[in-house]
Amino acid sequence: MATVEMTFTPLPAHVRTARLVATAVARRSGVPEALLDEVRLAVGEACSRAVEVHREHCPAEPVRVALTGAGERFEVVVTNAAAGDEGMAWPPKPAADGQDPVAVPAELGLAVIAGLADDVQVSRNGDGLSIRMSWPSGALAG
Amino acid sequence: MDLKLEHHTTDGIEVVDVEGEIDVYTAPRLRELLIDLVNGGHYQLVVNMEKVEFLDSTGLGVLVGGLKRVRAHDGSLDLVCTQERILKIFRITGLTKVFGIHDGVDEAIAARKSEK
Repeated sequence: MATVEMTFTPLPAHVRTARLVATAVARRSGVPEALLDEVRLAVGEACSRAVEVHREHCPAEPVRVALTGAGERFEVVVTNAAAGDEGMAWPPKPAADGQDPVAVPAELGLAVIAGLADDVQVSRNGDGLSIRMSWPSGALAG
Repeated sequence: MDLKLEHHTTDGIEVVDVEGEIDVYTAPRLRELLIDLVNGGHYQLVVNMEKVEFLDSTGLGVLVGGLKRVRAHDGSLDLVCTQERILKIFRITGLTKVFGIHDGVDEAIAARKSEK
């Protein structure tokens, strides 16, 4: 059972709430202070992406976030319900070495997640996709 | 913390002071301001991020979009940032190679002037 579970309507305004809750649960689960910024940013990126695909494919469905901090790692699973979400390539592709002087990765959010969480898994979950991320917590983090 | 945006002209360069959180909810306001400035003929921009508490990929996308707009007019968009947690996001995404990132507004303006 997750320590905290939440669902929210896919609106950008709620992503900040999800970030704040995730950071609070991570802190309480023993994730070191130095990693809390990474948790906050990675969860925000995953939720932002979920909101984006929900608004495109299923705006009436909520985004789901499960936070589990009971074990040796603090785990976050962000699940979208967008059956049409086929666009996620993991690991994310780097910026193309083309002529564009401001070339950026195709999905900046995924690039940020890849750079922040040391353990990331992307899987199909029912109709949508789940991004599972974890960080050391509790005794292992010490 | 919401997003606060102010801007003023110094030595012919438009300085945008950003305070608060730039995320999927607030980034559209920064995008609109940058577009307004470019449409108003301001092609030399410095975005001061010293009071930014949070920046995500949506915010990065807005800054990249702003850079592309000013470059279309042979302009520039430089950043002011010394906060490690914000700089880290630029490094992760490789954008430190794309933006000029300076320690202060005066340094950013001086660097831009010296290139002219």
